[in-house]
Amino acid sequence: MGPGDNVVMTTMDDVLNWGRSNSLWPLTFGLACCAIEMMATGAADYDLERFGCGVFRATPRQADLMIVAGTVTLKMASRIRMLYEQMPDPKWVISMGSCSNKGGPYWQEGYHVLKGVDRVIPVDIYVPGCPPRPETLIEAIMMLQKKIKVQEAALGPIGFARKQA
Amino acid sequence: MTFEDIFSKLSQKFPQGILGKEETKPDASIKVDPLAIHDILKYLRDELNFETLHMVSGVDYPALSALCVVYHPGSYTHKMIVPLKVYLPRTDEAKVESVTDLFKAANWHERETYDMFGIQFLNHPDPRRILCPEDWVGFPLRKDYVTPDYYNGMPVPLYFEDGAPTKEGAH
Repeated sequence: MGPGDNVVMTTMDDVLNWGRSNSLWPLTFGLACCAIEMMATGAADYDLERFGCGVFRATPRQADLMIVAGTVTLKMASRIRMLYEQMPDPKWVISMGSCSNKGGPYWQEGYHVLKGVDRVIPVDIYVPGCPPRPETLIEAIMMLQKKIKVQEAALGPIGFARKQA
Repeated sequence: MTFEDIFSKLSQKFPQGILGKEETKPDASIKVDPLAIHDILKYLRDELNFETLHMVSGVDYPALSALCVVYHPGSYTHKMIVPLKVYLPRTDEAKVESVTDLFKAANWHERETYDMFGIQFLNHPDPRRILCPEDWVGFPLRKDYVTPDYYNGMPVPLYFEDGAPTKEGAH
């Protein structure tokens, strides 16, 4: 065994997906009480950094994951759309909590609440709960990592074409 | 100093401005003429040691055909709050003098009261909506408010009456 023998063979897809799924940079984006759980997930007890997902960025231009944590009002919806469009591809969205999934407790009388953030931006993972526990958010992030790992990263529109798993 | 003392002092000072008291529960309140509310709050602040204004809010009374602005001036000296109620006509002409020059705290409270009830505050330094978007139509806490179907192209109800999540061509 000499120094030149350490060769690893892989595909472009696998190496890109491996890198992307294990270095998700979420956008710091808390809208309501779900954001408290998101912060707890990032803090020492639950330590999101173990999954390569703890680098909360303060600008959409450096982020590739948006965790919509909280009630999306109609006033906020257009801002969310703008932030989503400012994120560089490839990008993913986790809808965290009942409010951003489907309006939550404001589903009937909430004149000011958008009934689901998927009405303005595409969503990859929905997390139920009001608010979800940090374990639930961690499971959602692991689920998203599984989803990223079977994407065809090198071909086609990124994030949409998928390999048969 | 009790509520009755405050009420009698105000009645002597402002015989025109005080319209009576309401035995509302749990706290009695004083009914005030809209034109006198600024002078009365100034008198309460300067002469009767009511240092703070805890809240300005609104009530809609469709049965009385009236809108109401409720002031909660508070006193740390007397350890009490005296609610003042100003009744206004339930039209676009519901206007009352702003008290932001007396209590800085009134600024956002009056903006919220305008936002939710459409009550205008004259001489307010920044008379805009505070919670709803600038282009919002209507005043949501009025009892006859109807939730819009669409706002800026976004459907507002979860499902429409026919069960569809969105309606084509409705906006």
